[in-house]
Amino acid sequence: MSILVDKTTRVICQGFTGKQGTFHTEQAIAYGTRMVGGVTPGKGGQSHLGLPVYDTVHAAVADTGADATMIYVPAAFAADAILEAADAGIRVIVCITEGIPVLDMLRVKAALQGSGSVLIGPNCPGVITPGECKIGIMPGSIHQPGRVGIVSRSGTLTYEAVFQTTREALGQSTCVGIGGDPIQGFNFVDCLCRFQDDPATEGIILVGEIGGSAEEDAAEFIRASVTKPVVAYIAGVTAPSGKRMGHAGAIVTGGKGTAEGKYAALDAAGVATVRSPAEMGSRMRALLG
Amino acid sequence: MHLHEYQAKQLLSKYGIRVPRGIPVSTVVGARQAALELGGDRWVVKAQIHAGGRGKAGGVVLVRSLDELEAAARRLLGSQLITKQSASEGLLVTTLLVEAITDIARELYLSVLVDRATQRVLFMASAAGGMEIEEVAAREPEKILTTRVHPAAGLQAWQCRLLGYGLGLDGGQIKELQRLMSGLYRLFMESDASLVEINPLIVDAAGGIMPLDAKVNLDDNALYRRPELVALRDISQEDPREAAAKEHDLNYISLDGSIGCMVNGAGLAMATMDLVKLRGGLPANFLDVGGNATAERVAEAFKLILSDGKVRAVLVNIFGGIVRCDLIAEGILKAVREVHVAVPVVVRLEGTNAPRGLEILAESGLAITTAADLTEAADKAVAAAAAA
Repeated sequence: MSILVDKTTRVICQGFTGKQGTFHTEQAIAYGTRMVGGVTPGKGGQSHLGLPVYDTVHAAVADTGADATMIYVPAAFAADAILEAADAGIRVIVCITEGIPVLDMLRVKAALQGSGSVLIGPNCPGVITPGECKIGIMPGSIHQPGRVGIVSRSGTLTYEAVFQTTREALGQSTCVGIGGDPIQGFNFVDCLCRFQDDPATEGIILVGEIGGSAEEDAAEFIRASVTKPVVAYIAGVTAPSGKRMGHAGAIVTGGKGTAEGKYAALDAAGVATVRSPAEMGSRMRALLG
Repeated sequence: MHLHEYQAKQLLSKYGIRVPRGIPVSTVVGARQAALELGGDRWVVKAQIHAGGRGKAGGVVLVRSLDELEAAARRLLGSQLITKQSASEGLLVTTLLVEAITDIARELYLSVLVDRATQRVLFMASAAGGMEIEEVAAREPEKILTTRVHPAAGLQAWQCRLLGYGLGLDGGQIKELQRLMSGLYRLFMESDASLVEINPLIVDAAGGIMPLDAKVNLDDNALYRRPELVALRDISQEDPREAAAKEHDLNYISLDGSIGCMVNGAGLAMATMDLVKLRGGLPANFLDVGGNATAERVAEAFKLILSDGKVRAVLVNIFGGIVRCDLIAEGILKAVREVHVAVPVVVRLEGTNAPRGLEILAESGLAITTAADLTEAADKAVAAAAAA
C-alpha cells in the first residue's frame, strides 16, 4: 500500500516534448513508472520516447485511461495546464513548475474546488511511491520501499529525509513534496490524513519551513487525529524577519510564521521534533525500533 | 519588487483614487520649484526609500518655509537613511516627495494582501491608523476588520459597507470608501500585487477620505507580464550582492555571520544555515544555487560569497538529485582556480555521482576539505572559521 500513486497509476506528461518534460519522462520510465503518453499542443499524433503525443489532455485521457499527470510547462502556462487536467478528469495532478504568479494559483484553487482532482504543488519535487511510481524530479536511486511516509515543503530537504530513512533501512511508503509556494494544492493536513489511513505507513516525517501557518495546522491535526509516530524538522530558525528565503512562501512577517512558533506548536502536539536536519532518520529509527 | 511611495501614489491615481497633491524631486532646486508650484506655506518632505519607519528616522519632515524646505532637502538628498526596517548601513535617498499639507481629522488603516490560510485576497482595515498594524493586531485584535474576496465574484459592495460601518464612517464616506476599495482591488489584480497598504488612510478636515501614505509590493513571479511596472524598479534600493545574484539566477541573501554557505535548494539552504548555528557558528548568507546548478553557476556563486569580506570559511552542501555531483565538483575547482580563494572550503556532496565528485576534489590537490555527512561538514566549517 501507499498513498496517491502506485504501480497501477497511468501517468501522462504535460509539456511532454520540451527539454524538462523529455528528461523527466525518460527518468520516470527508467524507474518503472507506468507512463502512457504526453501532451504538447500542436504535436498530437506524433510519437515521443516511444509514447503517443496528444494535443489535449482530454484526448490523452480518452485514449490511454491516464489518471495522473506531471506538469513541466513554463510558469506562464501552468495555471492553464492544471485546469485542463482537472477538466479532463485527471485524479492526481502533479505540478513541478516553479515561479507561477500567486494570483494565478488563487484562481486555480478556487476553480478546483469540488473537481475531484488532487493537486500536488506547484513548485515541488513531486510524489514517489518507491519501487512503483515516480512522478517528479526526485532522484529515484536514493529511495527504498518501506515504512515511513514523508511530506515536505522543500525539494532537496526531502531528499535528505529520504536518504536518512534509506540509510536507517526504514525505507519509504510514499514521499510527497507539497511545494514552497504560498498557495498550493495538497497540504500537510491532506497528506497526514492519507498517511494515517495507509496501512503501509508506520511513521511519518514532516519537513516544514518558515512562513505561513501550515505547520501549526498540521500540529493541531496530529494532536487530534494522528496515532502514528511523527518526526518533524522545521528549516529557517536562523532566517531574519522580512527576508524571503528562496521559496515564495518562506518568509517571516510581523512575527508570524517563525520556526520557533512552529516547533512550539508541534512539541505541544506530541510530535518528536528534531533541531538538526541530520537527525530526521535516526529519530524515526528510535521511534519505530 | 517594491515601489516607492510616489510611484505607488501615481498608480493609485491611475485607478481614480484621490491622493495628496505632490511632486517627486531629486534636487534641492527641484524641491523649491515643487513647493512653489504646489502653493501654500507649509509642505511635507518625504524621503523615498524601500523601508518603513521613515518618520521616526527623520525621513519625513514638516516644513514651514522655503528655507526650511531647502534645508531638509539638502540634508536628505544623497544621505543614507537608516530606519528600523532598513539594512544597518541604511538606504540611499535619491528622490524626495514634496507634498501639500493635508489637515487630518482621523487616521485609519487599510490594506489588501493575499491571505495564505484562506487562499483569498483579503482586505484589512482598522480605526487605529498611523500605528504599526502588527502591534494593533497583537494587542487589540478586535480592532482589526477583515473581509475576503472570492476570485469569481470579485469585491462586493457589502464588503465595503462591512468595513465602512466598522470604521465608524458616515453614509457619504462609505460610498467614497467603496470607490476607493474598488480601485484598490482592480489595482491589486491588474498589477499582480502582493501587498497594497494605506497607512494612514485619513479622514480630512472636510470629511473626505484619502490615502496619506501608500506602499505597493509586487509579485516577482508575475513581472514578466507587467513590463510597465518593471520600469519602476530602483536598483539603488537593493543589496548589490543580492542584485548580482539575481542576474545569475542565484538566490542570495546576505546575513551577518562568517561562514559562507552554498547549497542547492531553498529548504536545504535554510537547514544548512540552521545547522551551522546549532554547531556554534554563524552563517554569512543564504545562497540557493538552484536545481539546475552548472559549473558556471557554482563559480559565480563562489565569487558572490567571497565578495563578502566577513566570510572566514565556505561550506558547500549539495544534495545531487537531477544535478550531478561530479559537475558540481568541477564547478568548485573552476571557481577555486578563477577566483582567489583565501579561506578554507568544506564540501559535502551527496546523491547522484557523489563518489565521483569527491574523487575529483581529492585528485585536484587543492586545499578543499570534504565531509562525510551534514553534521561533520558543519563542524569542520565552524572550526575552520574560528581558526581563521
